[in-house]
Amino acid sequence: MRNRTFLFAQAIAGAVALSASAVQADIQYPVNNPQPKEGQYVHVPPTMEDLEKTEFHPELKRVIRRGYDLFMNTQQLRGKNVFNSMNCSSCHMGEGRLPFAGPVWPAAVILPNYRPKNDHVNNLEERIAGCFSYSMNGQPPEYGSDDMIALAAYHQWLAKGVPIYSSGKNMYGRGYPKLAEPEQKMDYQRGKKVYEENCMICHSSDGSGLVQNGKEVFPAVWGDRSYNWGAGITRHFTLSSFVKHNMPLGQPNTLTDQQAWDVAYYINSHERPQEPRYTGNVKETREKYLDSFHVHTNYGLKVEGRLLGDHKNTGEKDFLKPDVLRPRTYTAD
Amino acid sequence: MKKYQCMTLIAAGLSLAISSASALEGDAQAGKEATVMCVACHQGDGGGMNIPKGESWPALSGLDADYMYKQLQDIKSGARESVTMQAFVSTLTDKQMRDVSVYYSQLPAVAGKGGEDVTEEELAHGEKLAMQGDWDRYIVPCKSCHGPNNQGAGQHFPGIAGQHAGYISDQLHAWKKGKRHNDPQHLMLAIAERLDDNDIRAVSAWLSRQPAQ
Repeated sequence: MRNRTFLFAQAIAGAVALSASAVQADIQYPVNNPQPKEGQYVHVPPTMEDLEKTEFHPELKRVIRRGYDLFMNTQQLRGKNVFNSMNCSSCHMGEGRLPFAGPVWPAAVILPNYRPKNDHVNNLEERIAGCFSYSMNGQPPEYGSDDMIALAAYHQWLAKGVPIYSSGKNMYGRGYPKLAEPEQKMDYQRGKKVYEENCMICHSSDGSGLVQNGKEVFPAVWGDRSYNWGAGITRHFTLSSFVKHNMPLGQPNTLTDQQAWDVAYYINSHERPQEPRYTGNVKETREKYLDSFHVHTNYGLKVEGRLLGDHKNTGEKDFLKPDVLRPRTYTAD
Repeated sequence: MKKYQCMTLIAAGLSLAISSASALEGDAQAGKEATVMCVACHQGDGGGMNIPKGESWPALSGLDADYMYKQLQDIKSGARESVTMQAFVSTLTDKQMRDVSVYYSQLPAVAGKGGEDVTEEELAHGEKLAMQGDWDRYIVPCKSCHGPNNQGAGQHFPGIAGQHAGYISDQLHAWKKGKRHNDPQHLMLAIAERLDDNDIRAVSAWLSRQPAQ
């Protein structure tokens, strides 16, 4: 374990060259993620190999494996719960274990907690339901369903050993840490150039990604098969950090911060399925969720002559908002 | 009736091949004629040959036509170094390069070789790298770019399942040593340089044993 932790720390610090062999002194694409800061909580999530070595009940192992399978291949729920080209692992890179790639173990130890996005206390299942509703433009598996419990169990497995209700503020690589504000204002045209030079080869010039033999290979980054206008990654600070730390695939931290901000702005200046909280008026919807969310997006703004989000297109699904997205009061009836 | 079904199947198979094939235009028949100098190494069926301890000749049958055409262009221009291929490619016209690419892309794939002499452990390691990767070393799984079952994705990411282990291994080592660098955006280079000799041996062997189509 110590050895693997060491390797992991090396990898996240981008010092793969040193651990691999002395011969390879001239690594061209070091990982270069930020080093843990003094006093930061560093957690190395266990792997699926580690799971096999535990003394967990075989049934529990089976359920966690099922959760892993759903997490990596969420497309198996396409048309039922997922209505776009995404898998959980599309955003939560490296099996949900990787720092700076939205590692999912923090959710298992921070929740239940208050969430500004929906203004009430959410537990892990409700948080996962949020991903399905927005990022996957879908219909979440029911609370307490086999699939939901399996997914939650996988999250909890990755958090093994982390004290419950640890401070979320001090976790190394949690979420997609916000980049420094861009030196120049984000720019559509500069972003387009970054996209064409770095992203287009996989995600296509029209943002539709790539389907091969009926299977999703590279997810759509805009359009009907992409995340909807309510997804966290429509926020410029979220997408720019995701891009900076994870893209192009295998070459994290190769774009400059400015390039990451610009390309995020470009990608999120394209149409995508309607925000599930749409009131029927895009300006009104933007205003309603402005402070908690849309202040960071281009939804309801005019970009390059187009008013974004001004439509009734819900993408591949035939409903706007899943019923499970509802307010909670936690008071006696 | 049986014959009719068979024909329909063939037709369906062809239309599938065409719909998933690349947009490269070329004359497969003319391409076949131009392969007289290719067959000595790549064989009549396009299956190439695995040569232990030598330079393996890649299987071309069923590979994406655009991908092959780009490799030929790169070898001709020197962007991809291949002493063996250079002499042959330099005699091909642009049209011939298109034609042979289209011709080979339409041939049925032949099983890869070179993965016979490996242990179960090595195969398991190779499968893990190809299908899950090793994220602790930032080795992303092969399939994330090379597509479902590593059988190729679009024109930039060739099928590697069913390719000869010797050839895959040679190429990965070439990237590591800086001898191959014609991959778009160095997407392969970044991964190859994180692989060690054992990784390369294992993943090459496992991939060679998988169906190409």
